[in-house]
Amino acid sequence: MSNHSKAKQPVSDRRKFILNMAKGVGYAAVGGFLWSAYLDEAKASPLVLRPPAAIKEDDFLKTCIKCGLCVEACPYDTLKLAKPGDHEPLGTPFFTPRDIPCYMCEDIPCVPVCPSGALDESSVTVNGQLDINVADMGLAVIDENSCIAFWGIQCDACYRACPLLDKAITIEYDKNSRTGKHAFLKPIVHADACTGCGMCEHACVTEKPAIFILPREVAMGKAGSHYIKGWDKKDEARLKDAHAIHTTTKVSRQQAVDKLNGGLEGLLDE
Amino acid sequence: MSLSRREFLKSSAAASAAAAIGMTVPAELEANANAAESKWRWDKAACRFCGTGCGIMLATTGEGKDRKIVAVKGDPAAPVNRGLNCIKGYFNAKIMYGADRLTQPLLRVNDKGEFDKHGKFAPVSWERAYDEMEKNIRKALKASGPEGVAVFASGQYTIMEGYAAQKMMKGGFRSNAIDPNARHCMASAVVGFYQTFGIDEPSGCYDDIELTDTIVTWGSNMAEMHPILWSRVTDRKLSDPDRVKVVNIQTYTHRTCDLGDFNIIFRPNTDLALWNYLAREIVYNHPEAIDWDFIKKNIVFAAGPVNIGYGFRRAGEKSLTPVRPDGSAGKYDAKEMEIYNKEMSKVVSELEGPALEPYGYKAGDIMNNIPGTLKHHEISFEDYKKSLAPYTLDYTAKLCKGDPDESLDSFKKKLQDLAALYIEDGRKVVSFWTMGMNQHTRGTWDNTLSYNVHFMLNKQAKPGSGAFSLTGQPSACGTAREVGTFAHRLPADMMVKNPKHRKITEDGWKIPNGTLNPVGNQHIMKIHRDIEDGVVKFAWVNVCNAYQDSANAKHWIKAAREMDNFIVTSDGYPGISAMVSDLILPSAMIYEKWGAYGNAERRSQHWRQQVLPVGNAMSDTWQWVELSKRFTVDDLWGPYTLRNGKKLADVREAAYKMGYKPNTTMFEILFANERAKKNYPLALDQFPQKGYDNSECIGDARNVVGTDGKVFKGYGFMIHQYLWEEYASFGRGHGHDLADFVTYHKVRGLKWPVVNGKETAWRFNVNFDPYAAKHAKENGRGSEFAFYGPLAKALPFGNLTTVTDKKKKPLTDKAKIFARPYMDPPEMPDEEYNLWLCTGRVLEHWHSGTMTMRVPELYRAVPEALVYMNPDAAKERGLKDNDVCWVESRRGRVRARVETRGRNRPPKPLVFVPWFDERVFINKVTLDQTCPMSKQTDFKKCAVKIYKA
Repeated sequence: MSNHSKAKQPVSDRRKFILNMAKGVGYAAVGGFLWSAYLDEAKASPLVLRPPAAIKEDDFLKTCIKCGLCVEACPYDTLKLAKPGDHEPLGTPFFTPRDIPCYMCEDIPCVPVCPSGALDESSVTVNGQLDINVADMGLAVIDENSCIAFWGIQCDACYRACPLLDKAITIEYDKNSRTGKHAFLKPIVHADACTGCGMCEHACVTEKPAIFILPREVAMGKAGSHYIKGWDKKDEARLKDAHAIHTTTKVSRQQAVDKLNGGLEGLLDE
Repeated sequence: MSLSRREFLKSSAAASAAAAIGMTVPAELEANANAAESKWRWDKAACRFCGTGCGIMLATTGEGKDRKIVAVKGDPAAPVNRGLNCIKGYFNAKIMYGADRLTQPLLRVNDKGEFDKHGKFAPVSWERAYDEMEKNIRKALKASGPEGVAVFASGQYTIMEGYAAQKMMKGGFRSNAIDPNARHCMASAVVGFYQTFGIDEPSGCYDDIELTDTIVTWGSNMAEMHPILWSRVTDRKLSDPDRVKVVNIQTYTHRTCDLGDFNIIFRPNTDLALWNYLAREIVYNHPEAIDWDFIKKNIVFAAGPVNIGYGFRRAGEKSLTPVRPDGSAGKYDAKEMEIYNKEMSKVVSELEGPALEPYGYKAGDIMNNIPGTLKHHEISFEDYKKSLAPYTLDYTAKLCKGDPDESLDSFKKKLQDLAALYIEDGRKVVSFWTMGMNQHTRGTWDNTLSYNVHFMLNKQAKPGSGAFSLTGQPSACGTAREVGTFAHRLPADMMVKNPKHRKITEDGWKIPNGTLNPVGNQHIMKIHRDIEDGVVKFAWVNVCNAYQDSANAKHWIKAAREMDNFIVTSDGYPGISAMVSDLILPSAMIYEKWGAYGNAERRSQHWRQQVLPVGNAMSDTWQWVELSKRFTVDDLWGPYTLRNGKKLADVREAAYKMGYKPNTTMFEILFANERAKKNYPLALDQFPQKGYDNSECIGDARNVVGTDGKVFKGYGFMIHQYLWEEYASFGRGHGHDLADFVTYHKVRGLKWPVVNGKETAWRFNVNFDPYAAKHAKENGRGSEFAFYGPLAKALPFGNLTTVTDKKKKPLTDKAKIFARPYMDPPEMPDEEYNLWLCTGRVLEHWHSGTMTMRVPELYRAVPEALVYMNPDAAKERGLKDNDVCWVESRRGRVRARVETRGRNRPPKPLVFVPWFDERVFINKVTLDQTCPMSKQTDFKKCAVKIYKA
């Protein structure tokens, strides 16, 4: 599945907003804005990136005992415990890929040490063996407007940095009709393989990364289950969410008889 | 909902702006202010990095010394890249502004401020720096003669810098010990061109990409090393995916393989056998594919000795004596000698035995080696055919298959498919190669073998068809090769050993006949070895990083630091060479000077000085010209006896007769002479000089205090134009024609030969190359081609093993097909050192990383060199991804992190380590083996073991 079409302006703006919020904290100049930011730290942020195998964010906050064992186990100092000003619920582990991404250790040292179940080893276990490739820390999203590969620059730094190269990120070849003799080599993220490790975001050479990790919930859209791709048998899996359909729009909100008895003035007036 | 969200965004933007005070806002404000004043000046230049030769535009702003480059764009008018760049080119604007730019000469001194080889670096004036250089050059000349003064030169010199360096070295010091890092990168291609065509550089051009049906890459990761060309290959493939085929022939899978219709992974060094297999398929199984009319009119067959060693030191050399009972010799320990001893003799292996049978050797024989030689002689087609006999599909597949996890059948099928593509009637084929075929213990052979296949099929020097050597460096062609900053070369394909060529050069330079030294054997590894032997006492590193880029580096660093010599490095940044030096000179970087580069398709491109250099940095041209002021006729032009006993004549009397005086300086003779000042005056109010800085010619706003202790005010004439025009004068009329200096400032480069204002796309082809047309007319053979290169165009005759008729027969306008066998490299994996090590580059970094490791974005993208390894090979050694391991050879070891999931996917027996990272100094591990003919180092194969650190 290709995710590149989803990297449209709203996501980018939302992300910018959050990044700016985070930056704003800690600077006295912004007054009241600052206070509200601190208040936010008590609640779950929708954009926080958690260690591999973290359970759903609401449950995670209830389960994590803030012991810091996962942070200690991380050999790359990727994981941090939120402190005041980090704009994350205090004491909980998180990571910021642009600073230090997750290096996807094969033995995932941060997960088995979790005493509370906030990091669920079974979610990164396949056939009885730890497998970091099934981790889901988030999803890479590309802003095509600022990604220089989409300008025709031969970059692909994210692709080459990807630990799941050719699975989580592939290259799409496209003719460059402006030059008439060069090709675009565009990175495409595949949501089914991407673990959200953030190696791509870290490697991205634009001033602000044009590829970045968002929690999967935030990054992904969702097509309605009333339409199934006729050309993709697997898509029928989405039928499980299908349900009886009731619709209301501005023109249909009246009962039919009320509308019919509402008079003909509208049809005759200028 | 949306309204409130917008409000949110607004407020957060405000908060961000407030929060960022002191961080990013000033830079933004500055940009806006400049935009408002419209003070950006755009001007064209060439990209600093690889041999592709992309055109760029640079935006500068500010006045005088405050003028800085603020932005770059791809030049939409440049035919190579049409406005695009790769990830390095994207950062051209940032390479000159690293925090640790060298801005001042630095000398090792003691507490009293005196030079001390063991002292610490302290800033000194240009005058003091040059006093020390002068003193040490005089000392070196006294001790060893001209052979004692050496220069590590560059394929990244501008053309004028290289010409100035070459002129002062060869014309002034009478030393041929100037050899570029291009020796490490292109020498095998060059000797391949010379042997095959009699003249250097490719016949085709990049337009071949758009015109071909088949792209075959041999030992070339184009996707990372020539990304803009690769995007053209990709576009060609997209334009007709069924017709256009891409095949990649490599020792490990890399990004270029992504586009391949199929990829061939071969055992290192066996590409020699692959080429011979293709030739055998043509000659034995598809003789109808041979264009006999073409062959008869244009080709002769040739062979030469095969027992030519591996370019190592030979027994008896000073640093290899005494030989001790434990097997060690001089400065080399017993482990190293295990390999070095093969230079003198070796046992023919089971692998190479069959391939060597036509040459009189079989497995188990002792092969006694002679020193590398370029000698060759004509042979019959029947003998050539005999040389191909061993390369049956079975032998070739067994020998060449590089991935143990691939089945022999699958490999065989690929070989057959490859042969079918080359042979297919009407199918156009381009074979591209880069370092894999050049950095090769039989690099020259490999290069010539490529032309064999193309020639027999008449698929060479035609639009869309040809074997095409891709250059690594931005001006390996333009400067190192065309100017001739090699030990054995002079401008425009002339050779120091040819008396006629020396005379032409001496006359052109207005120096006495007999000045130039006829012995040009101090190639780059020889310079290192001569330092280790104590012969070279003064060495100057120019525009390269000789102490990071040379194989078996520990020997050369020890020699530089521990022996009685004086090493100078001119650089923009403090790399390993600077660290190893006694004196460091701060160099102006690319856009801080006027310059020109020549790319891989013979395209010469010029640019103007965009900004003033930082600090007190000055260009390498200036540094050379300043040095010339320190030496006079009587200092340099007396008699010398060379090591080999040859005498260099006393040419002082001849010089006096030419009007020079005993104390006339080389500056007055070689650079600021009357014809230079008269013919190339300043024209500051005219294009292209108007409005542009010119630090060498008019000084600049920094008022740099020069080598004489006075503010440098400029040479007062247009020295860049003088150097260009004098250099160009050697090639005009001889197939190397270049346009005039001013023209290049108006165009986006021109492919030489430029005849009557027109560039040449395909050489040797009468339809495109006026020289070919002229020669074909003269020789009257009625051929569509004329391979008119003049070198080695008369040969004795013989067979595969010996010369039978010494009388040389001319082969005017013909090219050569060479019989050349597969042979093993000297060091192959064994029980202890059980992996192949291949080194190379990554897209993000340029060479030794002195520039790109200082661009924060590129540093962040690839901060360190990794060991790319097969996952099973890692597992067998108890290694996981990101584990730190030792990579160890007979010569040294380095620590690095293991990567099994990355861009490079080697088969089990091979690891790849890039060399850009001075902290993963992989050239401590590599072997200083070279092609014995081209003297180019093979960095692509040696044996290592890997274990957990």
